Amino acid sequence: MSAIVTVTDLRKSYAGGFEALSGVNLDILDGEILALLGPNGAGKTTLISTICGITVPTSGSITVGGHDTQTAYRKARDLIGLVPQEINLEPFETVINTVRFSRGVFGKPRNDALIEQILKDLSLWDKKDNKIMMLSGGMKRRVLIAKALSHEPRVLFLDEPTAGVDVELRKDMWEVVARLKENGVTIILTTHYIEEAEAIADRIGVISKGQILLVEDKAALMARMGQKQLKINLTAPVSAIPDSLAAYNLAAEGATLTYTYDTKGERTGITALLNDLQKAGLQMADIETQQSSLEDIFVGLVKEDA
Amino acid sequence: MNLTAIAAIYRFEMARFFRTLTQSLVSPVISTALYFVVFGAAIGGRMGAVEGVSYGAFIVPGLIMLTVMTQATSNASFGIYFPKFIGTIYELLSAPISFIEVVIGYVGAAATKALIIGLIILGTSYFFVDITIAHPMAMIAFLLLTCISFALLGFIIGIWAGNFEQLQLIPLLVITPLVFLGGSFYSTTMLPPVWQTITLFNPVHYLISGFRWAFFDQADVPVGISLFAIALFTGICIAAIAWIFRTGWRIRQ
Repeated sequence: MSAIVTVTDLRKSYAGGFEALSGVNLDILDGEILALLGPNGAGKTTLISTICGITVPTSGSITVGGHDTQTAYRKARDLIGLVPQEINLEPFETVINTVRFSRGVFGKPRNDALIEQILKDLSLWDKKDNKIMMLSGGMKRRVLIAKALSHEPRVLFLDEPTAGVDVELRKDMWEVVARLKENGVTIILTTHYIEEAEAIADRIGVISKGQILLVEDKAALMARMGQKQLKINLTAPVSAIPDSLAAYNLAAEGATLTYTYDTKGERTGITALLNDLQKAGLQMADIETQQSSLEDIFVGLVKEDA
Repeated sequence: MNLTAIAAIYRFEMARFFRTLTQSLVSPVISTALYFVVFGAAIGGRMGAVEGVSYGAFIVPGLIMLTVMTQATSNASFGIYFPKFIGTIYELLSAPISFIEVVIGYVGAAATKALIIGLIILGTSYFFVDITIAHPMAMIAFLLLTCISFALLGFIIGIWAGNFEQLQLIPLLVITPLVFLGGSFYSTTMLPPVWQTITLFNPVHYLISGFRWAFFDQADVPVGISLFAIALFTGICIAAIAWIFRTGWRIRQ
C-alpha cells in the first residue's frame, strides 16, 4: 500500500515556547485504519490539527494525496474530513442544514440523496429538522461525524470519537467506520482506549511528548501480546539447564527458570514441562505467569520516554 | 475561487438573519420610527427647514446611515465571532477555501442584512415625511458601499474580539459617537467654526454628507471627497483583513 498522508519532520512550537510536536515522521497508508494512542497532552490533537490545516506547522512538511498542505492546501484539504474532539456545533441551526453547510463549505454541489444516506446510517434521519441544541450529547457527536462525511473525504480523522459515548453509538460508529474502510476511505483515530485500537485498527501508533514512538502492524503487536511467560522459582540455583529439559524454550537465571509460550498455541506445554521438572529432580518454590499486554507495551514505551 | 463555499456561508448566515427576524428587523425599524416621532414630528415641527429641507426629511439619510453602519458592523462581527466562540471555526479552517471566500461569505451576508434594514427604514420614513431622492443610483451606490465597508470593519472586530464585551465595545464607543457627531441630525454648517474643523477628521461625516447629497442634492463636502473617503476606508479594511489571514492573527495558531 502506498502512503496517502506523509508527515516529514513536523515540528510545532506555540508562542509560549511549548513544543507540542518535536519532529514527527509518519506515513499513513491508503485505505488503512490507523489508531494513534497516547496520553493526554502527547500531541495527538496538535498532529491532527496540523494535518487538517487548523494549526500552522513551525517546520516540516505534510502531503495529503501528494499535495502539500501549505502550498496546495485546497487540493490537500479537499481529501480530508475531520471529526473534532470537542462538540463544536451551531446550536440554533437544524441538523440537516448544518450537514448541508459542511458539504457546501468544502465546495461540493448539493446532494440530498447522499446527505439522507449519511443521516440514516447515523440514525439521525428522524432528527434532521431538530435544532442541534435539542439533541443529546451522543446525537451531537453523530452530527459531527455526519458533517465530516458530508463532503466524501478520502481520509477521515476521528479525534477521540468515543470519549463519553454510550455503547450503542460506539457500535454504530464502528459499523460506519467499517463501511467507510470497505469504500477505500483511510481512517485515523486517536484514543485513550487500547481495546478500541485493538478492535478496529490495522496499525497502531504510539505518540508521547510530541514524538511517534512506534507504528506497528496490529497483528505483530498482538503476536507480541499473545506471548506469555511462566517464571519458575527453584529452591536452589541451577548452573545449567538439564539435558532432559533442552527441548523446552527455557532460560535460566540463578534460581529462576523462564518459559515463554504462546497462549494461542494448541498446546502450551506447561503440564509436560512441570512433569519433566519433577523428573529432573528440581524443587519448585513458586511459579508465576506474566503477560505483556498492549497496555504494558504502551505504558512501557511512554515511561521509557519519560 | 470556491463559489459553492461562498454560497454555503452566505446562505447559512442569512438563515440566522431570518431565524431571528424579530431581533434583526423589527427592533431597528421600531427604534427608527421612534426617532421620526421624536425628532421629526415632536421637535422637528418647531424647527425651521435645514438648507431648504424640512427637518423631518433632513434626518432620513442620517437615520438610515446610523442604522446601516451599526447593523453592518454588529452583524459581521457577530457572524465571525460566534463560530470562534462555539468552536465551529475549525470547519472553516480545515475547508479547502481561502480567506477571500470566508470574507465574501460573511461580509456579503452582513452587508445584505444591513442593506435590507436600510431599505426598510427608507420605506418606513415615507409614512412620516415627504422625501424625493435626487440621485437614486448614487443613493443606492452610497448605501451599498457603506454596508460593505462597515461589514468589513465588523469582520475585523469579530476576529479581534476575545469576548462578547469587546464585541460591543467598538460599535458602542466609536461608531455611534462618530455617526452622531458626523452630522446625522444636523448640517455641519450649523456648527461653530471650531467644531466644523473638528468634524473634518470624522470619517463618517463624509459618508453622511455624500449620502445626503444623493437625497437632496446638497452636501457639506464635495461628493468626490465623500467617494474617496469611503473608498479609502474600504481599502484600509481589506488590507487589514488580508494581513489578518496571512498571519493567522487570532484565528490560526
